[in-house]
Amino acid sequence: MKFQYIRARDFDHAIETLAEDHERLKILAGGTDLLVMVRQNKEAPRSVLDITPLNELKAIEIKGEEVEMGALVTHTQVCEFPLLTEQTVALVQACREVGSPQIQNRGTLGGNLANASPAADTIPPLYVFQAVLTLGSRQGERKIKVEDFCTEVKRSVLRPDEMILRISFPLPSKGSFSFFKKLGQRKAMNISKVSIAACLEFDGDTIGSIRVALGAVGPTVIRAVETESYLQGKTLSEDAIEAVAGIIRRESRAISDIRSTADYRNAMTGVLLAAGLREAMTSRQN
Amino acid sequence: MKNIKVNFVLNGRKVKISVPPSLTLLRLLREHLGLTGTKIGCEEGECGACTVIIDGRAVNSCLVLAPQVEGKQVETIEGLSQDNRLHPLQEAFIEEAASQCGFCIPGMIMSTKALLDRNPTPKRDEIARSVSGNLCRCTGYIKIIKAVESAAGKMRS
Repeated sequence: MKFQYIRARDFDHAIETLAEDHERLKILAGGTDLLVMVRQNKEAPRSVLDITPLNELKAIEIKGEEVEMGALVTHTQVCEFPLLTEQTVALVQACREVGSPQIQNRGTLGGNLANASPAADTIPPLYVFQAVLTLGSRQGERKIKVEDFCTEVKRSVLRPDEMILRISFPLPSKGSFSFFKKLGQRKAMNISKVSIAACLEFDGDTIGSIRVALGAVGPTVIRAVETESYLQGKTLSEDAIEAVAGIIRRESRAISDIRSTADYRNAMTGVLLAAGLREAMTSRQN
Repeated sequence: MKNIKVNFVLNGRKVKISVPPSLTLLRLLREHLGLTGTKIGCEEGECGACTVIIDGRAVNSCLVLAPQVEGKQVETIEGLSQDNRLHPLQEAFIEEAASQCGFCIPGMIMSTKALLDRNPTPKRDEIARSVSGNLCRCTGYIKIIKAVESAAGKMRS
């Protein structure tokens, strides 16, 4: 590992450095992915820009009906924020599944997004909560839907002179139900073979709205739109759950790779969805 | 590559040192400061042998650059004993015979110290979760968890 180290003195210094000197420069946040990549010779930056001194990117704030999180918010911070543990359960569950406690203490939401892995744990929940990302550069800020951020495996619309500043989304209602589930080789330190997040809002006994996102079954996280439209307006029942588990299996377009096979991944989308929906049904009965 | 000056607090003492820009905290501790209690395992954040505490949180020191600890409080296994008295966690690990080959133990103790500092009455599954990022290949987790429970009890009384 040989590279120059640039410590961001303040926000303007970080933005100027990105504008002037972004060739072979990598932004360093939690380091839990970048430093592994460098060590494995998969990345060879000429310099790293350490943005961890930028305290303005470390806050979780509730602004009216909206959640706003700085890009440097850690997974641990999300898990310890009381309102999020109640109303954004899928995101909290995902943050608790990232790597290990040590990784969760260090890894950031912005970093998880910037890496743009289809197996990133926090991205499916951000899809179902309809998150919007604010990106910043010397030209100013721009907003982009999280669903439009990743373009393919490890690729995103983030320009080399830009960085992620904030992640925001409307706070789901108190009566909403959300979940995140993933399957991997073991519980800790484990990259998903397949993951799923869903958020349901109820209208009386029926599902008023539902959003479902699948991780690690395509080049980016994807929404399961056929699954969503099947469930829309339905009452949760064992029959409906059985039927929709079949729909999501066919909708999933997984590939086979080092971690799993396409058939297994597609089949498991149905199992994970059914498990989550059964929990939703139980919570409604209590 | 130009060296970077870094000031931080290590086990309660101020450290001022100039470091190569790509040096990790793990290598700084072991190779520049002589603190070899923090172990080198995988060096890619998988094994937890290098766990230290930064500002109250357990982290993998192999995934922190030395220049990043500027202004931080860093605790390592060497900082646990006070006036030649072992920390209750260290005593409990001995009493419960929680250490087999011992290589993972400094990391285990730092992870569980971070837990107890924050939560003096952890449940068994919280203890297990706190060491889920620390690999023990002697398969000694049961005794490790017992040791932490015992230390937590002693620290409360």
